Amino acid sequence: MNSSVITADGIAVHEEHHDDSSKTLLGFWIYLMSDCLIFSALFATFAVLSHAYAGGPTGKDIFDLKYVLGETMLLLVSSFTFGMAMLNMHADKRNKLLGWMVITFLFGAAFVGMEIHEFVGLIHEGAGPDRSAFLSAYFFLVGTHGLHVTCGLIWMGVMMHMVHRYGLDGIVKRRLSCLSLFWHFLDVIWICVFTFVYLHGVL
Amino acid sequence: MSNAHEQHAASGGQHGSLKSYMVGFGLSIALTLLSFGCVMAGLVPHHLIMPALMVFCIAQVLVQLGFFLHMGIAPEQRENLMVMVCALIFIGIVVVGSLWVLHNMNAYMMPGMSHGG
Repeated sequence: MNSSVITADGIAVHEEHHDDSSKTLLGFWIYLMSDCLIFSALFATFAVLSHAYAGGPTGKDIFDLKYVLGETMLLLVSSFTFGMAMLNMHADKRNKLLGWMVITFLFGAAFVGMEIHEFVGLIHEGAGPDRSAFLSAYFFLVGTHGLHVTCGLIWMGVMMHMVHRYGLDGIVKRRLSCLSLFWHFLDVIWICVFTFVYLHGVL
Repeated sequence: MSNAHEQHAASGGQHGSLKSYMVGFGLSIALTLLSFGCVMAGLVPHHLIMPALMVFCIAQVLVQLGFFLHMGIAPEQRENLMVMVCALIFIGIVVVGSLWVLHNMNAYMMPGMSHGG
């Protein structure tokens, strides 16, 4: 339990995970907050440009709230199912953990699928990011969130493999805790997206 | 893994429980439906829609932070909380500052441009 934290090889790190875990989570939390700053800059950009339609479609013309409600529900449910996965991780129930992770992955993938479908539809309608400043800001903000969710899915796939292969040791648990923070954090960002982009956009 | 079990018992509150996840999930769904209901079904008068959306948004962010991200004011979480407050100050400066400055720019620029054009 000493200062071998910095050593790059996995073997040394393997031994003192309990000490390290809270520091890692704090570090990851600092990363999330910096990510939050990126999103806040994108939100500010969107707010400034939200009426710069350049004669193109407005939010009212292109946003389908029922569709967005569906996306929101998928993400909310995936957040809840990942919570269930974490409960099973803390109870050391590996198979149940994997089951809940698979469910979470499917809901997350469905969300990304719906978002891609929405983007493709908009671009085909001639409302792509090149149409107006409003649409550029919209695609950049929502796309950045979608990219984060996609990265979260890749990470989740890697973690499912790790749980399957190495079981629930300290490192796997620590990484799952980080992923859990990341996944719930994306949900918080999405709440701001549907409120300020979609709902505010159709008013 | 008895050590892990002890740890779990000691810090059980921080991991959340089935009940806290259920309550958080229920509140999230309810607040989401209220937000969408305001706009889609006109649950509130038109001039109150935006304030209502703001309230539901902030409430839901707090619900998620509390029930899913397990943020709290416990002493062992003070560092997390401080980082978050710091981030919130930066976010406030970025968002409010951008809107304020660019609103002023717009207010000063637009008449001049329309006269000139």
